[in-house]
Amino acid sequence: MSYRHKIGCSLENLKGIRDFIRKSLRTHVSSEVVMNEIILALDEMCSNLMIHAHHCNPDHFLELSIDVPTKGSLIFEITDDGEMFDINKFHEPEIGNLVHEKRKGGLGIRLVKSIMDGVEYLNRDGRFVCRLTKQVS
Amino acid sequence: MVQIKRLQEDGADILAVVGEIDASSSIELDLAIAKSVGEGFKKILVDCSALEYISSAGLGVFMSYIEEFRDKGINMVMFGMKEKVINTFQILGLADLLHIRESKQDAKKLLHELSA
Repeated sequence: MSYRHKIGCSLENLKGIRDFIRKSLRTHVSSEVVMNEIILALDEMCSNLMIHAHHCNPDHFLELSIDVPTKGSLIFEITDDGEMFDINKFHEPEIGNLVHEKRKGGLGIRLVKSIMDGVEYLNRDGRFVCRLTKQVS
Repeated sequence: MVQIKRLQEDGADILAVVGEIDASSSIELDLAIAKSVGEGFKKILVDCSALEYISSAGLGVFMSYIEEFRDKGINMVMFGMKEKVINTFQILGLADLLHIRESKQDAKKLLHELSA
């Protein structure tokens, strides 16, 4: 099964993204903890793009799709017309440094990498796609 | 999306966080803690029993106060987290950096010990 959601790049829309994911996966993911992890990772990815790639411009859009195959991992794709920020190339800061520098950012990418089994980037029809995969039992 | 209610009990400022904290609402948490600190409270309890969700933006707020609390002799203990919420802290190992207890009673006990 596939689900699709188009999102304006405003942080106010993050709640709508979370509701979309929860609604789409409610019959596919039974663990509340795993559901929250998936929601968290996608919220982090989308908010990162909204802030850093689109400067929270609500006239810019992202597309989130969820593919639930009969076998194998859940597949999440975020499609963006802008330039995709590759988190695999981002060296996340040490937790101790964040505390010392009183930084409020830098934890999101670490969360995504911890939660998702795979994060890869591809170009489809001239648009950037970030594909995240998660195996659920 | 998030509401933060404040009340005082036994000299501690209690911040009850209700709802969801994400990149759009983490500022509310930041302001509430800053207000508590600004009013001179040395003991802060964060009631997370009605906290349904927290993203890295909210985690970052708690992290950003760790050194200031140490410098000013302020102790903060969080309690009442749902399993899905505490899991978010545990993924990053933050449960070891922050004081988290299951019940309000345990949180008050720890706060008392830390402040002694």
